[in-house]
Amino acid sequence: MRLTLPRLLQLAVTLLTAAFLIVPAIQSILAGLTVNYFRGLSSGFTLRWVGEVWRLYADSILLSMGLAVACLGVTLVIGVPAAYALAKNPGRLSRILEEFISLPLAVPGLALALALLQLYGSMTGFRTSWTFILVGHVLYTLPFMVRSVLAVLMAMDLKSLEESAATLGASTVTRFRTIVVPNAMPGILAGALTVVTLSIGEFNLTWMLHTPYLKTLPVGLADSYASMRLEIASAYTLVFFVMIVPLLMAMQWATDRAQRISR
Amino acid sequence: MANRTFIGLCLLPLAVFSLAFLALPLVRLVMASSEGTEGWGIYLQILQTPRYLQTLLQTVLVSLAVSVVALAISTTAGLFLARNRFPGRGALLSVLTLPLAFPGVVVGFLIILLGGRQGLFNTLLPGHVVFAYSLLGLFLGYLYFSIPRVLLTVMAATEKLDPALEEAARTLGASPYRVVFDVILPGLAPSLVAAGAIAFATAMGAFGTAFTLATDIDVLPMVIYTEFTLSANIAMAAALSVLLGLATWVLLLLARSFAGATVAAGG
Repeated sequence: MRLTLPRLLQLAVTLLTAAFLIVPAIQSILAGLTVNYFRGLSSGFTLRWVGEVWRLYADSILLSMGLAVACLGVTLVIGVPAAYALAKNPGRLSRILEEFISLPLAVPGLALALALLQLYGSMTGFRTSWTFILVGHVLYTLPFMVRSVLAVLMAMDLKSLEESAATLGASTVTRFRTIVVPNAMPGILAGALTVVTLSIGEFNLTWMLHTPYLKTLPVGLADSYASMRLEIASAYTLVFFVMIVPLLMAMQWATDRAQRISR
Repeated sequence: MANRTFIGLCLLPLAVFSLAFLALPLVRLVMASSEGTEGWGIYLQILQTPRYLQTLLQTVLVSLAVSVVALAISTTAGLFLARNRFPGRGALLSVLTLPLAFPGVVVGFLIILLGGRQGLFNTLLPGHVVFAYSLLGLFLGYLYFSIPRVLLTVMAATEKLDPALEEAARTLGASPYRVVFDVILPGLAPSLVAAGAIAFATAMGAFGTAFTLATDIDVLPMVIYTEFTLSANIAMAAALSVLLGLATWVLLLLARSFAGATVAAGG
């Protein structure tokens, strides 16, 4: 790479932007591990704050993990067969349906949460159970699962594969199980990792849907930012990073792989 | 089982779920907006109340500023990363896309670490440099989560450009600037419009970041939230939500008709 003036300027912008994104993240990691952030790093490092976070917010962290797994289960059961049906009938109606279920990507979570509250807020049993939050998470993540699987299914020659299997006597259910699902696996994997990553980090819907007894990890984060000392808030953010960053990297890897296949 | 029946069964769970938890709640939300004392006139009331109008204007202006700056920064960085190979490129790219999975509240907290009372700028610089809770802080927060989304769109679009066009321009004697402004940018234009629209729509609806930073700033999501929780003005909260949802949805629809990919809204 030859360094010319325009290149240098571009490099400068790129590096400054990277600094803007990474410096506060590093600050939060350091603040979560120092004895007293106000006095600075010279006060020494400690794991005390991480321990405090576990003591205060273990429930939130575990709830978020459970929600993410449940959300993955529901999106798999709803999303994979639906993507198959949409791939088999690529007509106008399918486009409209796909467009409709993608609404939660465009409409802000706050508005969706208000809509859910308006309709189901008075059903106390449902409103106060964890399944209410689950509904919000499924609503938000489902389009990612459907689109991810659909993209892979549309790229392969589903028709010939299924026809050959049918001439050999495979029933519709057998074909779905032994041909469609295995071939769609890269899309399912990418969709699954996206669903889990987004569910663990979801705040906009969850803040409106949660109850004081059911706080997810990001809701707990907002709580700690408002009421805890900076070190605890930072340590909690650190715990979140440790969970989300590997997931994000796996998600990007799986999405790239699925996109290479569907090209 | 017959083929058609099986496909129908495959769609059934999706149909039931989206009807119960998407279609009906949205209808209910629209209805709820008319159940105040003004009826449907509430939408007129929004336009006649200075506070709501100012909120709308402020939200649009901040979002617009974020989109323009995010486009400028991300196009510069995106073109650089797409066209050059150098050691550390992968790491740089990872850093620039890292915030994709950060919820808005975390972004807000990171801005507080930069510009809050115990923030980096206030400790390093003399005098009181506290900007986290101002309009500038909100702008930076929105910028933080917009940059990765726009960057990815720009890079994907750059990879699809035909390098032969640039070579042709160069052999015909065009300067590097002319190549950028006459060949690369026009080629990227549809994707840039789409990416800008995504950034704008995301900023308009960003709740988490506003929730941590905009305690004193009226932006639309915060006003909806306070109308709903503090004033218990359900009809107004619903009407503003309908307005916001409609605006972001139409915008993203237009953007998609310009150019494919959409990256998740959030923040």
